[in-house]
Amino acid sequence: MTIADQLPVLPIILPLVLAPFAILLRNGRAAHVFAVVVCGAAFAFCAMLLARVTAEGVISYALGDWAPPIGIEYRVDLANALVMLLVSGVATLAAAFSYASIRTEIDDRQLPLFYAAFMICMTGLLGVTVTGDAFNVFVFLEISSLSTYALVALGARVDRRALTAAFNYLVMGTLGATFFVIGLGLIYQATGTLNMADIRAQLSAGPPGAMPNSMVEAAFAFILVGMGLKAAAFPMHLWMPNAYAYAPSAVSAFIAAASTKVAVYVLIRFTFTIFGSDFDFIDAMLTYVLTPIALAGMFFASIVAVFQEDVKRMLAYSSVGQIGYMLLGISFGTEAGLQASLIHIFNHGLMKSALFMAVACVMLRLGVHTCSGFHGLTKRMPFTAAAFIFSGLSLVGVPLTVGFVSKWYLLQAAFDAGRPWAGFLIVASSLIAVVYVGRVIELILLRDPPSEGLLANDVDGNPVREAPLSMLIPMWVLVGANIYFGLRTDLTAEIAGRAAAALMGGAQ
Amino acid sequence: MDPLQFIIDRYNYWIFIVLMMIGLYTVIARGNLIKKIIGLNIFQTSVFIYYISIGKITGGTAPIYTTAHQEKLFGHGESHERESHDGEGHGGGHGDQSHGPEAAGHESDDGHGEDASTDHAAEPLHAGASNDAAALTAGAGEAPHGAPGDIHAGAPNPPDALTGGDPATTEALGLTINPDLVEPIYSNPLPHVLILTAIVVGVATTAVGLALAVRIREAYGTIEEDELEDADNIAEFGVADPRDREPPPGGKGERPDGPPRGAKLAGDRLSTRLGRGGAS
Repeated sequence: MTIADQLPVLPIILPLVLAPFAILLRNGRAAHVFAVVVCGAAFAFCAMLLARVTAEGVISYALGDWAPPIGIEYRVDLANALVMLLVSGVATLAAAFSYASIRTEIDDRQLPLFYAAFMICMTGLLGVTVTGDAFNVFVFLEISSLSTYALVALGARVDRRALTAAFNYLVMGTLGATFFVIGLGLIYQATGTLNMADIRAQLSAGPPGAMPNSMVEAAFAFILVGMGLKAAAFPMHLWMPNAYAYAPSAVSAFIAAASTKVAVYVLIRFTFTIFGSDFDFIDAMLTYVLTPIALAGMFFASIVAVFQEDVKRMLAYSSVGQIGYMLLGISFGTEAGLQASLIHIFNHGLMKSALFMAVACVMLRLGVHTCSGFHGLTKRMPFTAAAFIFSGLSLVGVPLTVGFVSKWYLLQAAFDAGRPWAGFLIVASSLIAVVYVGRVIELILLRDPPSEGLLANDVDGNPVREAPLSMLIPMWVLVGANIYFGLRTDLTAEIAGRAAAALMGGAQ
Repeated sequence: MDPLQFIIDRYNYWIFIVLMMIGLYTVIARGNLIKKIIGLNIFQTSVFIYYISIGKITGGTAPIYTTAHQEKLFGHGESHERESHDGEGHGGGHGDQSHGPEAAGHESDDGHGEDASTDHAAEPLHAGASNDAAALTAGAGEAPHGAPGDIHAGAPNPPDALTGGDPATTEALGLTINPDLVEPIYSNPLPHVLILTAIVVGVATTAVGLALAVRIREAYGTIEEDELEDADNIAEFGVADPRDREPPPGGKGERPDGPPRGAKLAGDRLSTRLGRGGAS
């Protein structure tokens, strides 16, 4: 057995084992370099995995050589390879980006701990994505969540509200995870197995109408609520705006792009791979539960976002709305809808991360993340301003950006699914996005920078300068990705399309 | 079915539900952060109890081979199934992928109705032994992986419980209820192992939650949720611009010349930020 055979486990095991060593590095700079290298290695492994899955099809890896379904299986297909690529890619860029920003926001002594928590968080998210064992999902989910609570709470040095935000996140996140575990228990009781493929086999075997009994249906309901909490789906999103707003800026850039997307991915995996849309109750659940949740999120959260003074909070509410789009794609229950959903998971990660990075640059120089910091930003921090504008337009869905690709496929899926009204609602909610993004862009482009008062100068009292290159480069890599994947639509669309076909095929 | 009997037979689920509701209510209704954490703990504990109860099989022991059992096993002229079961237990232990009997046995349970399929743990003692033996025989080799649902007996008549009362299924499965093979009845260890993991996660969550409560107390001087909210509102709306809340203490004034660009130390910046941010 060569090292290449171990590829599926490497992006998980490497950061997990190496993260504690970051604590031993007493120097923040060293820990930063270490984290970038480790995350970069994980990213390289994920890219290799995606390449291999694209070429060879599904990879099944038996952990510890214990054959599934008894042992834990890592199962890489196109859908999770794509999500893994996003998570590890954004983690690498956010880690590279973080140093200049985070050292002004937390105590120097905490830097090695910060990077350790950061790597563990990435490990957990990658683990959730890669595993083919239902209970393993829970374990990795809690690994990532626990480290995220700590990362959010680190924002307390700048704003003490980070502490209450982290506490609320902890309570909601634990409730969500526990609901998920109840769902798993019911599935296990019904099928006697925890391996995802095996659960599927057990559920679909047997006389028609026998298996999806009320226990299995209850299991799906528990999993839907649990993952809805983790994904901040509309009525369960209350923990999220504060957590994103008061977390350290670099942390927001990472978790906004990665953690909720992974929860949506888990929802997709359970809905289509494990339960399968061929069950009537799944169909009903998608139509009568998920669709209203998605639509309400798209509108309610977007409208709330318009009235936010704090740009980070605005972006967080916008995330709730964007998760509405992903859920809407799932709720169609069609291959096209699933494809749109997967594309949007990937694309939204790119745009939201770039936006939060732009806010982090403003935070670094001006010490605020409210709208007032954005006045006349083009004249003071032109590259940051341009990054915000490009990724903001991407969020709205302007052509030539990834946001447009997402919306295009989502619209197509809506019409294909025979729900043209959903298509119109997608466009309508995009118009709300025009308002909340446009509001900030107007401040950036048309206002003059304040010439007096605290915001006239940067936090050190000097004239405001552009953010350092160490922050600009990762940010612009993401903005570049926003434009590149907006032009080369075939890359994401093809992978997501094949992934969706495989997910739906698993249901047959 | 007698409703009272229905409730009593499922007493473990009632414990689970009642505890779960107490926990959830505490999390939602209590303003004190510590009480919230305790509520969360009760909620999690209810799930632990649920998992533990689904792994329990009436009369089952810990899944460990003892010499007594071995002798008993080899002492009998054992059936083919028994041999394969033994081989699995001592051999690879993980290689078993045959789900045929398990799946089939299970479906028949469901044919019997979902009530029965949710009811193995409340299984009355009288239905126990022979039924369990039958399950072991039927699903030979899949003991470590076996569904708890396989082995239950909600109905008074054990063979009926296993097969959903369908004689054809019984025949198809080749079920022979051999009273000689009663002895080694094992509880299903997997839910217990799973819940050990979940307990560790729960302890970690509690630790992080309590640590956050300590930090909140340090920063705000209270751990009552409504007082925290008040404090935040006063801080946010008392002054219009968050930057005016606490002007930086001597950030600019102390250094009339000002250091060259980019030469500031992290420590200086931190103190400036701290003054402004108003944390701890």
